[in-house]
Amino acid sequence: MEASTALVINAIIAGLLLGGFYAAVSLGISISFGMLDVVNIAHPAFIILGSYIAYIVNDRFGFDPILVSLVLSPLFFALGMVLYRIYYLCFEKRGQESLRGLAFFFGILFITEVTLVLIFGVDYRMVSTVYGDVTWRAGGIDFPMRLVVPFLVSVTMVVGVQLFLTHTFFGRAVLAVAQDQLALRLMGVNPVRVKELAFALSIATAGVAGSFLIVIQPVQPAIGREYIGLVFAVCVLGGMGSIWGTLIGALVLGIAESFTSTFFGPSWAPAVSFGLLLATLAFRPSGLFGR
Amino acid sequence: MSNRVFAVVAFAFAVAFAAASQLIPNEYFFTAAYTVLQFVILATAWNILGGYTGYVNFGSAAFFAIGAYSTVALYNAFKAPLPVMIVVGTLVAGLAGLGLGYLTLRLRGVFFAIASLALSVVLFTFIVNWDYVGGARGAYVLQPREVPFGLPRYIHLLYIVMVLQAAVALIVARTIEKSTIGRGLAAIRDDELAAECSGVPTLRLKIFSTVVSCALMGMAGTTFPLYLSFIEPSSAFSLSYAVNSIAMPLIGGMMSWIGPLIGAILLGSVQQLVQVMFSLGAWNLLIVGALLVLFVTLAPNGIMGWVDAWRRRKGR
Repeated sequence: MEASTALVINAIIAGLLLGGFYAAVSLGISISFGMLDVVNIAHPAFIILGSYIAYIVNDRFGFDPILVSLVLSPLFFALGMVLYRIYYLCFEKRGQESLRGLAFFFGILFITEVTLVLIFGVDYRMVSTVYGDVTWRAGGIDFPMRLVVPFLVSVTMVVGVQLFLTHTFFGRAVLAVAQDQLALRLMGVNPVRVKELAFALSIATAGVAGSFLIVIQPVQPAIGREYIGLVFAVCVLGGMGSIWGTLIGALVLGIAESFTSTFFGPSWAPAVSFGLLLATLAFRPSGLFGR
Repeated sequence: MSNRVFAVVAFAFAVAFAAASQLIPNEYFFTAAYTVLQFVILATAWNILGGYTGYVNFGSAAFFAIGAYSTVALYNAFKAPLPVMIVVGTLVAGLAGLGLGYLTLRLRGVFFAIASLALSVVLFTFIVNWDYVGGARGAYVLQPREVPFGLPRYIHLLYIVMVLQAAVALIVARTIEKSTIGRGLAAIRDDELAAECSGVPTLRLKIFSTVVSCALMGMAGTTFPLYLSFIEPSSAFSLSYAVNSIAMPLIGGMMSWIGPLIGAILLGSVQQLVQVMFSLGAWNLLIVGALLVLFVTLAPNGIMGWVDAWRRRKGR
């Protein structure tokens, strides 16, 4: 195989693997922002929190970080329920979500980051896994396991959430909240309760995505900020509230970033998601699969 | 008070304040006051868009950094004089605000907020990769050897510039607030659809207030490289600017120009005190973040909200 072809194919594969991880990161935003209209800009903070919890358990007991995050996801679920309760009582009920609700989540983002800095410092932390250093090679193409394992779990999670939303009573209630809250109320369902549980689900996915992040790369508290633009870019690019759109959008972004780092250098990669976000907002605000 | 009278009074007060404080023997006062004044400008500027119009800008740090780095570029290019640096930095930040506003203000308000947040990350990436202004290593911007107007040290001049800039920011904010534009902005804040239907040119007004707000933020950054003599991306893009410029108006009160002023002086001074007495930088940020969340959940109208409620009770 020619060298440049190999480079391109490697970039595509790396981008797809990265994109799978981005889908997990953005899944929660797709639920909270896309469906519930809760602009949770603190989402990346919960991802980093997930990374650190996975790191602590892995460091102390040596358990696999992804397994740990799946077992502990009820914790994040409960955290999400509490957070939505506060958000609902203080902002949504009073009709103040647009400005003060945003400031609230910004404050939460900030407090989480600074608290992590105070406890762990700004050093990069990493986890040790059995597959961390393994790389499959097939015909000159690399399949690093630290990307493949999160990719597989992530895609499973995204598909699982999509099936859950379309095939269960509760899932359909969430989709109904996204469309018409009043109608839902008339059907005898409490939209606040539905939103509470759906928001909790979105925070739970953030916790799991955090464990992927620390398997893929070393983590320090401030890198959460880089994911703010990314998660919203994926959510808007895919189309608000469309889970399949989120998956496709994440893969597109992953490939775009991978090509940028391969051909222009990795230091330019963070700019890709913003460029894509601005381009989407300017040319097709409803996204690829928008309603 | 008419706008012109207010402008004269504000300028007279600023000049008198700047002159009187020259008698203060403690050099540290000027260093600390510079930081507090910087926050006064940022908070006032943020409030023009956030408080009056109801659109959240998370990119204060980005616009501040645009002002700061345009100074670095001008310094590297031809050692431009200070007034040129201030004017150019203000204009460039205003232009950036125009671009961002034009692209995102036609959509729902939240998209502007998200884009402004992402803008910080991208501009940071851009500056880190731009070697002419120092890249990731940072750049030196040396203060001129001789200080004009017979002032003892350069920081005194920067301090006076900051006092005047704060006066300009407050005058601009109050003028907008009391004008027809201000009433149009308030209509957008309360109900954008109703405002549009009543013939308020919403898009034009939103873009106007974005440009003014971002330009003033840029202005606050123009003297920053000279203040420190050295600038690096992580100090210019510090998240502290973004969180403070939101927290200060929210804590002070967003309905009028006086709220951000009170919030900035209060919060800015507290942070200086904590810094001096305990030298704990990270704790400072935690305090600001916690205050922001507490106020926004428990006292959504800030300190001025309490004052108004107290006045109403007394009036009854």
